[in-house]
Amino acid sequence: MSVVQKVVQKAMKNAIALAPDSWMPGGAPDPLIREKHGLIGQPISRIDGPLKVSGQARFAAEYPIEGLTYAALHYSTIARGRIVNISTTEAEASAGVILVMTHLNAPRLKPAPAFGTNEKAAGGDDLAVMQDDRIHWNGQPIALVLAETQEQADHAQSLVRVHYQDEHGITSLEQAVAQGTEPGQFLGEPLKVAIGDAEKLFAAAPVKTDSVYRTPGHNHNPIELHAATLFWTGDELRIHDATQAVAHAAWTLAQVFDIKEEQVHVTSPFVGGGFGSKTLWRHQILAAAASRLVNRPVRIVLSREGVFRIVGGRALTEQRVAIGAQRDGGFDAIIHTGLTAMTPHNAMTEPFIVATRSLYAAKSFKLQVDTVKMNMIANTFMRAPGEAVGTFALESAIDELAMKIGIDPIELRIRNEPDKDPTLGLPFSQRGIVEAWRIGAERFGWSSRTTQPAARREGDWLVGIGCATATYPYYRMPGGAARITLTRDGNATVGVAAHEMGMGTATTHTQVAADRLGLPMDRVTFRYGDTDLPGVILAGGSQQTASIGAGVAAAHRALVAELLKLAGNDSPLAGLGPSEVGGLDGGLASLEDSDRRESYASILARAQREEITVEAEAPMPMEVQHWSMHSHGAMFCEARVNAVSGEIRISRFLGSFDCGRIINPKTAASQFRGGIIMGLGLALMEETQFDSRTGRIMNPSLAEYHVPVHLDVPKIEIMWTDEPDPRTPMGARGVGEIGITGVGAAVANAVYNATGKRVRDLPITLDKLL
Amino acid sequence: MTPFLYERAADREMALALGVRTGASFLGGGTNLIDLMRETIAHPTLLVDVTGLSCEIKDLGEAGLRIGAGAKNTAVAADRRVRERFPLLSQSILAGASAQIRNMATIGGNVLQRTRCSYFYDDASRCNKRTPNSGCDAVEGFNRYHAILGASPDCVATHPSDMCVALAALGATVTVEGMNGRREIPLVDLHRLPGNTPHIETELRDGELITAVTLPFNGLAARSSYRKIRDRASYAFALVSVASAVELADGKLTDVRLALGGVAHKPWRARAAEAIIIGNPASESVFRDAVEAEFAEARGLRDNAFKIGLAKRVIVDTLVKLTSQAEPTR
Repeated sequence: MSVVQKVVQKAMKNAIALAPDSWMPGGAPDPLIREKHGLIGQPISRIDGPLKVSGQARFAAEYPIEGLTYAALHYSTIARGRIVNISTTEAEASAGVILVMTHLNAPRLKPAPAFGTNEKAAGGDDLAVMQDDRIHWNGQPIALVLAETQEQADHAQSLVRVHYQDEHGITSLEQAVAQGTEPGQFLGEPLKVAIGDAEKLFAAAPVKTDSVYRTPGHNHNPIELHAATLFWTGDELRIHDATQAVAHAAWTLAQVFDIKEEQVHVTSPFVGGGFGSKTLWRHQILAAAASRLVNRPVRIVLSREGVFRIVGGRALTEQRVAIGAQRDGGFDAIIHTGLTAMTPHNAMTEPFIVATRSLYAAKSFKLQVDTVKMNMIANTFMRAPGEAVGTFALESAIDELAMKIGIDPIELRIRNEPDKDPTLGLPFSQRGIVEAWRIGAERFGWSSRTTQPAARREGDWLVGIGCATATYPYYRMPGGAARITLTRDGNATVGVAAHEMGMGTATTHTQVAADRLGLPMDRVTFRYGDTDLPGVILAGGSQQTASIGAGVAAAHRALVAELLKLAGNDSPLAGLGPSEVGGLDGGLASLEDSDRRESYASILARAQREEITVEAEAPMPMEVQHWSMHSHGAMFCEARVNAVSGEIRISRFLGSFDCGRIINPKTAASQFRGGIIMGLGLALMEETQFDSRTGRIMNPSLAEYHVPVHLDVPKIEIMWTDEPDPRTPMGARGVGEIGITGVGAAVANAVYNATGKRVRDLPITLDKLL
Repeated sequence: MTPFLYERAADREMALALGVRTGASFLGGGTNLIDLMRETIAHPTLLVDVTGLSCEIKDLGEAGLRIGAGAKNTAVAADRRVRERFPLLSQSILAGASAQIRNMATIGGNVLQRTRCSYFYDDASRCNKRTPNSGCDAVEGFNRYHAILGASPDCVATHPSDMCVALAALGATVTVEGMNGRREIPLVDLHRLPGNTPHIETELRDGELITAVTLPFNGLAARSSYRKIRDRASYAFALVSVASAVELADGKLTDVRLALGGVAHKPWRARAAEAIIIGNPASESVFRDAVEAEFAEARGLRDNAFKIGLAKRVIVDTLVKLTSQAEPTR
């Protein structure tokens, strides 16, 4: 018997009340968070797993369309300047070529509004797309070739000849700093916190640490290459995209092509990893423009090099962390300042101080991010932007301070545990970091650690353990919505314009919807990844689960109200209002008396309805205004450093998380593990080789841009507190990004414990330990 | 990828006849050449597939083993005779690439694989190897994987093969055949140092085909090791690799083989170090003198200077371990 069947047979005894219509002070928590006998919390395997392993799941580049043409891009080789001459004669004459599009013949396109400048903006930057002769970064697409086959297009693009006037852009950090810095902003707010006189308190503190930490640029490398298959019907654009933002992509493309949002139809049922990169970049825009010119469908699949050239990544950072403390460990001052690179054409500052705003209590704070502008592909969101690299600096500094005070680093953290948000003053919605530390330390065997570094050796290997705090905020962006269709045969379809990028969205939300409706999983279909569905939902900021959850809860309330109306006075439910009933066993039942019930089939039959459809929007996310809402984790790492060669191997890792209620232990554990593996890459190997002479990325392939291979990944243990957050839908907080946070510092601290060497520049490569 | 013709050679004669045509390249497993064609770095107009030629591993008795150039890396690494008599070769092959690539890659192709210098791979960059006399962007660019020995101002690239480092230590010879007949070239003499002609990488003449690699018998199997140092645990090229083998008699080193990878434009046989070690008793101080002599002329670049010290440490450590084993282990 499968897990699903077992779970399905575990019928609930009582109806579950409807979710609240907001998560405000004084309001009731989502009743589902108390439910222990339903589908939530069950380790249900992915419902799309069989589709994926049998090759049936159709990705963006796999849509067959009659008369398809294939696109290839030609990229600039200078960072700044202009195109003096571009010769396409040879390319146009090449076999199978249908079109060579450059700024000379591209249709007029408006710039794509840059991500962060509008609720629905999804553009990587707001530069004109192939409208003029200007070059803004090394790798900018300057020609698109359409041909009858991919190979013909690839070859023809190599025949495009360009003569540039090189204006030598700003391609080194030194040059950029010399041009001046500007204050950074994130999500519309300045990245600056000043509480008390932190510099003064720091100077006077009896114990202190003050160091600069550096992290390099990173590029996105989801396994599925960025791709789209698209065609026009009149002024209507249909795009099968690999995206984590269908509604945003539609709106932004509509701005570019000056058509209505409703005229752009985006589908994206399966995405092979996004991590913040699967938004709107040049390739979809150029492919759609070319399709319009030739009036044929187009498929564009970026090469791996293409992903490095035109999809942004994580910007480099240079961070100062200075902490002043009393001898008992109490923090007087936390200073976390520094700079990061961006471009003049995007709105994304790598916000490395965000975790520092809420992690520890201190008498004073000085937090600030400044930006410098460079000629490079616009940087963007990459798994836990801010926290991933910010926690490397902060949590390394905590470890350094603990050594100076002579206190256990976990104890130092707990000693500075705040009772309310230390910079906003808001109460925490739920905070179980101390419990996460306690259970994690016990499981990992933290007490076996030798405080003195370089004290443990096994053969040639120096062995050390280290820890760090992981953290990521709870977000819920406006735009959640859902549609529910209930049919007389007792099946429900829940539709949300959300995304399945491998996280388990379809599975977990089938579980949630089934529990709310009182239906078994096999009676619920979860539809997503299509602009025909309601909602403006970003699979980003670890907020999709909350956004969907709130939308479905709202639709569910509307559905129940409709059903009660249809049930009328002849129903056992007569006289009951929506707040007095809940879903139970294929119908509605009184919360007080579960024998007072009527099945959905019966209600619809009596009303002579085949089906009923409702749609509703989630309430605005006011909960984040009233509470400080954050997930946490305690990360433990055991590192081995070869005494002869400096080679670093991670032999054990444990993540102990406090992320609210875990909806599906199986898919959640995969998310945590995947984040930690990506964190190991950040700690030990990931680095974009950005040639500061030319602004050119020199390692645009998975052979030269290193991410962990299987042999680099030890057994990773995952555990969690499973304490619900009463201020969120389902009591859950997102689990997608927190896994990468804290890992860099946990590794660096373990390496320090093993060797006595403190590496403050990522990645920690063996040469830094020789 | 530039359009090309493909011919599958039915036999050696056909291969050699096709191989002299203008623009022809021999194709083994294609794990390197096809990449280079896709990256528009290599532009052959005719691919002559020679994977149908000899892939036999032939026992020559006292004369050693003869490996057909078409033998797959995986097959050689797994061969019982190779593992027993030349464990160094098996280890070196398994240290390289991934299982999937080793299943495709051939011995002949591995010998001729091209450098992984990222400026060589990028046709927007200057590279004397790709375009003679155009300049070298690696000398002052990203050069962590680049040469510390035998480089020139024109080229600091390294030969990326692991297998060839073992072959250099084992004194392998390469059988080469062309329209003008057949010749044997010691592997250590096959690859060239860059000098001012880095685009000429080997002593092969136009149209010549590697048909076999021969491993002469030796008594080194008992004490040998291939040690590869790299940042990640697998699927990465060597920062430094060390193929070493010793023969000990009465406490003295009667034979020493030392070859290095990741340090030069060719698999680097450490002759200077060997000369100091041979005939001496095994001692750490002798090994230290030997590496100092070998690296006397070593030069570091922006990103790779650490490799000089790293290579010395790893070589000394490896030799100490090889010579201090009470019982030879295999």
